Amino acid sequence: MPVITIDGVSYEVESGRNLLETCLSLGLDLPYFCWHPAMGSIGACRQCALVQYQNAEDTRGRIVMACMTPVSDGALFSLAGDKARHFREAIVESLMLNHPHDCPVCAEGGECHLQDMTVMVGHRDRHYRGRKNTHRNQYLGPLINHEMNRCITCYRCTRYYRDYAGGTDLAAMAAHDHIYFGRHQEGVLQSEFAGNLVEVCPTGVFTDKTLVHDYTRKWDLQSAPSVCTGCGVGCNTMPGERYGRLKRVHNRFNAEVNGYFLCDRGRFGAAFVNSGSALEYPGLREADGRYRALDHHEALHRMAATCASGKCAAIGSPRASVEANFLLRELVAPENFAPGFSDAEQGLVSLALTLQLASRAGIPSIRSIESADAVLVLGEDVTNTAPRIALALRQSVRNKAYELAAGLRLEPWQDAAIRNLAQDQRSPMFIATVADTPLDDVAAKRFSLAPDDIAALGRAVAATISGKPLPSGVLPEHLHSEARMIAETLAGAQRPLVIAGTGCGSSAILQAAADVANALCDNARKAMICLCVPEANSLGQAMLCGTQAPDLAALQRRAEAGELDTLIVLENDLYRRGGQAQIDGLLAAFREVIVMDGLDNRTTSAATLALPAANFAESEGTLVSLEGRAQRYFPVFQPREERRPSWVWLLACMKEMELPECHSMHHFDDITRICAARIPALAGITAAAPDLHYLNLGVKIPRQPPRYSGRTAMRANISVHEPKQREDEETPLAFTMEGLNRSQPGALLPWVWAPGWNSNQSLHKFQTRAGGPLKGGTAGARLLPTGGGGNGNAATSQAQPARAESTAGTTTGQRWQLVPRPRIFGSDELSALSPALAELIVPGFIELCTADAASLGVKDGDGVDVGDGLATLEVRVNDSMVAGCAGYSAGFSGTGELAALAQVTLRRADAWQRAPELIGSDRGIGSGGGHV
Amino acid sequence: MSELIQALSAQEIAGIDAEIAHVPYRSAVAIEALKIVQAHRGWVSDESLRAIARHLHMSAEELDGVATFYNLIYRRPVGEQVILLCNSISCWIKGCDKIQKRIQEQLGIGLGETTSDKRYTLLPVTCLGACDKAPVLMVGEELHENVDTHSLSRLFDDGGGTSE
Amino acid sequence: MSLDLPLTRNVRPDRSPTDFAAYEANGGYRGLRAAIGKLTPAECLQVIKDSNLRGRGGAGFPTGMKWSFVPMDDAAAGHKYLICNADEMEPGTFKDRLLLECDPHQLIEGMICAAYTIQADIAYIFIRAEYHRAEKLLREAIAVCYEKGYLGRDILGSGYRLDMQVHSSAGRYICGEETALISSLEGKRANPRAKPPFPQVSGLWGRPTIVNNVETLCNIHHIIERGADWFQALGLTEDAGTKLYGVSGRVKKPGCWELPIGTPIREIIERHAGGMEDGYQLRGFLPGGGSTDFLTPDHLDLAMDYGTIGKAGSRMGTGTMIILDDKTCPVGFVKNLMEFFARESCGFCTPCRDGLPWSAQVLDDIENGRGRPEDMHTLARQVEFIGAIGNTHCALAPGAMEPLQSAMKYFREDFERHISGGACHFCEGGAH
Ligand SMILES: Cc1cc2nc3c(=O)[nH]c(=O)nc-3n(C[C@H](O)[C@H](O)[C@H](O)COP(=O)(O)O)c2cc1C
Ligand code: SF4
Ligand code: FES
Repeated sequence: MPVITIDGVSYEVESGRNLLETCLSLGLDLPYFCWHPAMGSIGACRQCALVQYQNAEDTRGRIVMACMTPVSDGALFSLAGDKARHFREAIVESLMLNHPHDCPVCAEGGECHLQDMTVMVGHRDRHYRGRKNTHRNQYLGPLINHEMNRCITCYRCTRYYRDYAGGTDLAAMAAHDHIYFGRHQEGVLQSEFAGNLVEVCPTGVFTDKTLVHDYTRKWDLQSAPSVCTGCGVGCNTMPGERYGRLKRVHNRFNAEVNGYFLCDRGRFGAAFVNSGSALEYPGLREADGRYRALDHHEALHRMAATCASGKCAAIGSPRASVEANFLLRELVAPENFAPGFSDAEQGLVSLALTLQLASRAGIPSIRSIESADAVLVLGEDVTNTAPRIALALRQSVRNKAYELAAGLRLEPWQDAAIRNLAQDQRSPMFIATVADTPLDDVAAKRFSLAPDDIAALGRAVAATISGKPLPSGVLPEHLHSEARMIAETLAGAQRPLVIAGTGCGSSAILQAAADVANALCDNARKAMICLCVPEANSLGQAMLCGTQAPDLAALQRRAEAGELDTLIVLENDLYRRGGQAQIDGLLAAFREVIVMDGLDNRTTSAATLALPAANFAESEGTLVSLEGRAQRYFPVFQPREERRPSWVWLLACMKEMELPECHSMHHFDDITRICAARIPALAGITAAAPDLHYLNLGVKIPRQPPRYSGRTAMRANISVHEPKQREDEETPLAFTMEGLNRSQPGALLPWVWAPGWNSNQSLHKFQTRAGGPLKGGTAGARLLPTGGGGNGNAATSQAQPARAESTAGTTTGQRWQLVPRPRIFGSDELSALSPALAELIVPGFIELCTADAASLGVKDGDGVDVGDGLATLEVRVNDSMVAGCAGYSAGFSGTGELAALAQVTLRRADAWQRAPELIGSDRGIGSGGGHV
Repeated sequence: MSELIQALSAQEIAGIDAEIAHVPYRSAVAIEALKIVQAHRGWVSDESLRAIARHLHMSAEELDGVATFYNLIYRRPVGEQVILLCNSISCWIKGCDKIQKRIQEQLGIGLGETTSDKRYTLLPVTCLGACDKAPVLMVGEELHENVDTHSLSRLFDDGGGTSE
Repeated sequence: MSLDLPLTRNVRPDRSPTDFAAYEANGGYRGLRAAIGKLTPAECLQVIKDSNLRGRGGAGFPTGMKWSFVPMDDAAAGHKYLICNADEMEPGTFKDRLLLECDPHQLIEGMICAAYTIQADIAYIFIRAEYHRAEKLLREAIAVCYEKGYLGRDILGSGYRLDMQVHSSAGRYICGEETALISSLEGKRANPRAKPPFPQVSGLWGRPTIVNNVETLCNIHHIIERGADWFQALGLTEDAGTKLYGVSGRVKKPGCWELPIGTPIREIIERHAGGMEDGYQLRGFLPGGGSTDFLTPDHLDLAMDYGTIGKAGSRMGTGTMIILDDKTCPVGFVKNLMEFFARESCGFCTPCRDGLPWSAQVLDDIENGRGRPEDMHTLARQVEFIGAIGNTHCALAPGAMEPLQSAMKYFREDFERHISGGACHFCEGGAH
């Protein structure tokens, strides 16, 4: 390890890093702007200056940019000397020439990297007497606010947006001191990852518009470590709350999962928490069909009494915690507990689990996905089903560039140099999907294929890798050479990765993906396999329930047979799990239907007893992400009114019923512990986070930052006496500002702040090295064998074939195969309830290729009737859609009757009216809170 | 905007495609393409820019970032003739400020302005590499050396009009 | 004995272009024939190294050494590029125009020899947009060369292949900076690139690339044909060859001449440029374009070569001098340059993007009588923090500080008088 000297002190440092990351890692405060740990160096802002000396005799030295300077053994630097300090101060003064003095009304104020750096360099007195440049701002959609006058031209926005995330609609315009970062014309930013601009921009140019409209300073936000409920990836988040409202979601760093970035579904999709239509009181349906509000004691009595019938069944939820599901399963007994998937999905998710358990290939973390040097994506449009993975895949294709760079001995942080060197040379990624995907621009090749052909392609690739002859007849002739080419590429790679998922509804594709990964492993490749599942706890639910769990249809049959009479539904809108008739039938088969949910949906409305369940921001729980990582989320604030975490309702009910199972259960941790003990697959969940008794140097971890203000004043309209802070009896976190937020386990990081570092850039103070894992360790516990522990023998697994997968009766007459086309906005249940995202949800659609549209006599924007009254949806002509397939906006309202892979007829809908466009509701003048 | 206006002419496309043949990436001819369209239309409108971007498989943003960087790509309409007045050091020593003032009197336009009859636009330009003949200016593709008030009246003798 | 002036031997008094026939009749393309197929690339490189040719684009980097960084082994398989920098926009510089307009074939011949030496297969001439005439001549000349087999596949039956193209720029001084030029040639915003990696290993489209100035390249085939010793002997001092020198400003005969390198400054200004215009005194001069430090009449007897001018505290730069006379305001002079550099900043790095406009604003205040005593301190600070190579991303901003820092040294009393007097003492009413 090289030894460098800074201001006379010698440090042993890590080689291969630049001086800036090294200084930060050493705990030295060195200001910077353009550098970003995830994006490397370009040397634009010139802020991170040190003086470097040739040798001990050199007294003058020369200014170097730390971010562009590799650390080398024996190098001599000065950080604190006058020359370096004056230079850094001059840089901030220059950056401030045109910067407006609008901190008091700037949404970034108080967490502004520019403020921090200005204070850090000690720049105070302004010498410039000229006029400031001003710019016109743009409307960038409902998520991001644009205030160009605050720009300091660090180029981070476009480097992130374009270079890192692949967005094309944001660029640097003009030159000299007129540079403008914006769009060609006003309009919604198109990237699915635009929201990260909020955290990437070191000042207030790009801010969270939803926060701007409902503003709270960072220091007044109460936060807790949380996990995104948007999809199965399990990104770590830091939701912030004030006055009982969720104000915003920021990224919570996890070196193995989301790193520094979230997708927009995750960042903006949690606003359902504030929904006015959330349930707040228990309700009992009276004979007249109306609900009567109950207090929670009464509600509990009712519930316990009902459950005492002994003919109780339950439907769990892949969006609810492991603990709530576990308790409910205990309450009704496993054979009466359905995991809460749709019948088709239940087979798919449990197959995905079985395949991964049996796979010889490793299950990569999201971070390891970035290391792949050849990728095959089968069927899954990850940008729309597991968005953060798409961002990781975009980094994986850059491995080719790093390889080239290594040849010139360029370090990976030399960002601009490496991009210039590699230009558009990328590591290979092959995508086979039913139609285009947002990752196509970085794919070596994408194939539009029907689901069966995608599976056949996968199997052919697997066979080729294994040196077996291609199974004849299954794979269209023209794909033979492609299959060979893909096989050779994957087999020639060091770290090949296969990705598939439940997103297109085909078990054959999942199986084929596993075949490819196993074939690679047989050929001594360190292959990885990633199978995407849809919801935050889909995998956890499959692990809890195993492969033999009853599905919805089974419960209904047994209820109709009189074996069951009471149904408890946990946080699950069943109408998203089946067609209306199916669910109506299911619910009608039970005498009593108890629903626990925080949301008022069709299922809650069908309840005989409705219990208001706390949402993720009001409760604790464990979720198992698609990579098999058990992660704990914690309440950010106290549940409103009579809302209780589902596990609290259930435990109280079980206690009321005096069930022996719950004797030793007193706290949340007890449930986790007992669940881990009872369910071997979940044995690791206790390691997801420390338990209630964890203390950080003797105290709990505060949810409120040290600058939290107005604890008394914020409720002065109610009472001038400050109430005692509520105690958190379930977690190691406290609803206070007293305590430390330092060196605790990574799973318990509620916010980031360090003296002098008010912005999120303070994160490096919590990392083992700048950009590295958290000092307290990476949050979460992996439950799946990450190194590929299986024997590859899942081919004969007992996976149930998915219900809708029959392709019988195929394409005779005008029949199309329905294929899901999930959208990042609109396809999942919760984020669709966020008002800002709701604006971005396009009308439900059917996608057809030009020829198919022509054969139906429809064009873009026309309506089409699907099947016999299954749905009527807008036509989108998309030439990349494979012929014979009709893509549908899965998960959208109005698509509840559509089943993946079903064969349907399509007819032009004559009386169709196109839905009006909604985007831009806040564009007009007088948009209220817009002028922060 | 109708598609017709947005489309590039066959001639423009042919010119751009000829350039594309020489480079490894379509986007590499961004500047040539902008200049080709500008040569035909005088300037590069938003519609033209989008059409070029489509043809080069770039986003409008990427191309606009390039277009707005270069001072000789005109993103706003200019007069039939662009007057490029050198105001770099040697021409300044030799009185380019007076020339500029004279043009203002004669044509009624300052730097960055276009005469109301749309005949002339006056723009400053970097040292034209003719410092031994300072002051100089260009009108269209023509370089005029040792300019003085006298030669200016000959250049624009029929006047221009008043500025907008 | 008449001087041996290889670069301008085809330059006619009326500046009409020398066409292919005339060029060849006057010994043209002999260097090409001497090199391609006769010498190995390594031999060519050795001659250039031995000749001690230094780049004429401004920085004066030894050309042979620059070329020697280009990878020549099998690992370098793939395209390599030679780029001629014909962007000439340095204020006060007007030498490449002469070579381009009067003798396009000379440049092409030099480029073919240079490309052969580094085994480039594609050569670009990056020419500024306003050089319409030169661009047209070059395109015609290139077409002729293809016809004659001097360009294209299998040049002179040697198996060597070279294609040559002209890229006409769209403006912006920064395009002359070699890495910004490469960005621009790639169709991007002309932001310079950090070095390392140097373009010699990762340049245009990530491939090995050499960028040379027009004048540099015009020398190559002469050197190959006539030898390093001949070239060395052309110079009067330790530098080799001839140089195009120019003088602009208030001299009797402003112009551009090819002279042995190391010709004394006095000879250039007084003999070739005819001395100062009547009624004007010499106060100072920028020896090599707008981004070099002022020298004063005290320096007139120095030899105009890289080392001597460097020791005197300036740079030879492009070798084209700008004269400051006694009736021109030095503050206005520097302000004009600063406004130029501020306008031409690419906007990538902070000291340049924001520091230059700030400096220009201070100079404007001083020039217009709004200066304050502390402004001198502000300017000195700007010089210190922008002026050193390495403080900024490229050399534009440090170049911009050179005239300012030396003006503050040599003409300090003018600055102070502006400030104390609240007006410019060179003109009534404040205009320069
Ligand atoms: C701001 C700036 C502008 C430049 N402009 C030119 C130019 O117009 N022409 C030129 O030949 N070199 C110019 N240079 C120098 C080039 O970067 C490069 O050093 C030169 O083209 C190399 O050629 P040479 O080695 O033959 O001198 C400029 C440098 C800077 C920093
Ligand atoms: S010094 Fe910086 S801003 Fe100026 S031209 Fe060079 S890179 Fe651009
Ligand atoms: S962080 Fe080093 S130059 Fe910007």
